[in-house]
Amino acid sequence: MYSLGNLANPEKLTSPLEINPGDDRFLMKSLEMMYLIRRTEECIADLIKSGEINCPCHLAVGQEAIAVGIAHNLNNKDRVFGNHRSHAQYLALGGSVEQLLAEVLGKATGCSRGMGGSMHLYSGDHGFHGSVPLVAGTIPIAVGAALAAKFDNKNAVGVAFFGDGACEEGVLHESLNIASIMKLPMIFIVENNLYSSHLDIQQRQPFDSVARFAIPHDVDSQVVDGNDVVAVEKASRELIQRARSGDGPGLLEAVTFRWLGHVGPNEDIDVGVRRSVTELEAWKKRDPILRLYKALEKHRLISPQDFKNLKQNMDELINNAKDKALKAPWPSLDNLNKFVYAPHRE
Amino acid sequence: MERQVTYSEAILSAFEYLLKNYPEVFILGQGVWSPWYVGNTMQGLNVKFGKGRVIDSPVSEWACTGIGVGASLFGYRPIIIHPRMDFMVLATDPLVNQAAKWSYMLGGRANPCVTVRSIINRGGEQGAQHSQALHSWYAHIPGLRVVMPATPTDARDLLIAAVLCDDPVLYIDDRWLYEEKEALPPIQELNLTQQQPKVLKQGKDVTIVGSSYSTYLAMQTAKELKTHDIDAEVIDLRILNPLDPSVIIKSTEKTGRLVVIDGSWRNCGLAGEIIASVVEKIDPRILKAKPCRITLPDTPAPTSRVLEEIYYPKVTGILKKVISLFTPTEQNENEPLMADIYELKKQKLI
Repeated sequence: MYSLGNLANPEKLTSPLEINPGDDRFLMKSLEMMYLIRRTEECIADLIKSGEINCPCHLAVGQEAIAVGIAHNLNNKDRVFGNHRSHAQYLALGGSVEQLLAEVLGKATGCSRGMGGSMHLYSGDHGFHGSVPLVAGTIPIAVGAALAAKFDNKNAVGVAFFGDGACEEGVLHESLNIASIMKLPMIFIVENNLYSSHLDIQQRQPFDSVARFAIPHDVDSQVVDGNDVVAVEKASRELIQRARSGDGPGLLEAVTFRWLGHVGPNEDIDVGVRRSVTELEAWKKRDPILRLYKALEKHRLISPQDFKNLKQNMDELINNAKDKALKAPWPSLDNLNKFVYAPHRE
Repeated sequence: MERQVTYSEAILSAFEYLLKNYPEVFILGQGVWSPWYVGNTMQGLNVKFGKGRVIDSPVSEWACTGIGVGASLFGYRPIIIHPRMDFMVLATDPLVNQAAKWSYMLGGRANPCVTVRSIINRGGEQGAQHSQALHSWYAHIPGLRVVMPATPTDARDLLIAAVLCDDPVLYIDDRWLYEEKEALPPIQELNLTQQQPKVLKQGKDVTIVGSSYSTYLAMQTAKELKTHDIDAEVIDLRILNPLDPSVIIKSTEKTGRLVVIDGSWRNCGLAGEIIASVVEKIDPRILKAKPCRITLPDTPAPTSRVLEEIYYPKVTGILKKVISLFTPTEQNENEPLMADIYELKKQKLI
């Protein structure tokens, strides 16, 4: 009961994705975005190692498919909120690489003017309205955004991205209950990577599938392979369409695994109670990028040369962004107390 | 004679004004359809403005407050109601971690203009978890404006100002003031960021500072002090955070004596903060007596009536303390108030 079964077994689901060749535009775009996210995260990891980045960064290498699949069904009127591990969501929605890198570096040109760092990202123009590291903190905030959307009657949805650890916070249950009773256009996205920091889900919960929490609140839910961008796109499309048409909230559980440690640039296999080299190596075979690439190649939608070009373009984009971010100015010192309160209304 | 309006009626009229004139205002909280929770301060709002805008909520302080923060980022001015402050502790994350820091940590890209209204409801043997006045705690947090009205006019106009302010505001009213009356001037839309402490009564001998119900105590004490030939100046703090002590500094420089009354605890509390903010700015030689604070004892609220009787500051005790500043040798400055009241009470009980 409430078991993820094969979804949590890295020996399974390693073959190329099942794709519909007619979706080639979405698929190519997804491949490009997932690669962009991975390389940006790797770029950040390198900048941490070289000492340029100081702030804590929770990297999403291995988890790229979730944000990319969901972003396909969102627009800039939607209200998306993230958590400590939100670089992927920010980028998938269209946030600028340069502003992300500048933010993580603490530069004035950052997406949050250098006031937030890695854990406080913002790109309102793309529908990304903020991320915070207090686990579960943005869940009710996204529900509030969904309530505002319902008042406005403009078919926008509120979206909260959070992890399996956040499901152990009471506010998720308060939020599911209220979203359900008020029939709000709200989408709960659980990126279940099977670990909360160092501790695996078996040590924390009696079952490994968290979608079970939706059931008693009468919230529609789906559970998918989070490393399958096609499955994520399809499941989220159904839930989002339902929410947009006024049929109430939905919860998507996307099962994945992070290749790096909870925080920082290393694999951290020694800090986990269960996390091991064997487990990590097995999960790397369920690589969301490679599985999509192989499917595209199988259907002759991409050649190795095309993929090489795609990689080159993305690498170039990231390198340019990195150069600009590194050269960007620091915040002026009077920013220390500039943003505590809103600009005064006279 | 002009009609006298109570503090609680004044709060109700602020809600009516806001809901009538600002379609972006809505209310969410527990018990807002019930006088049992919120007295008559919200009576009939759900009928007049609809249950879609005046929403009685599930028992979920954290989520409801977070929802207020979220909705405020998208064009709305939500008012979240916590009918008893003790329960608001369950909403600490959305208030302290989220609302108060949202603008700062996102570099001013967004401002959550949510108002959280909380009621201090104590006395009547309600005990440790049904009596707290936690304003000092919240006033510690940069980014969270904290407002405590003492008069019916402020109860109305500061609530309106709080809701129209672009920052998160915690508005705290006190059930012990609900029956206080005054003739109300026409509604004024104040700019909350420009509000300061107010001199409610001018005087030359001692400055007494209060906020909310403590201001009421200060005014009553000032009346009694007249019969002792002491002319007290009373200052109502009104805005606890950000704190602007300039009015109090000026007054203390004039009177040379400073007494702060506060209905929260002593340690790391509002009273200590006000005294510190004044004494670090003045020439200590102008002080005619040591500044003094009158607070709750550092214990949770008791239930038994004999203990509750000595728990809360009262005019008799405050009066005695203020008079002692004019005859400085006979008191131990540290704990005189409690001990004295306790003595009095003991004698009465014997």
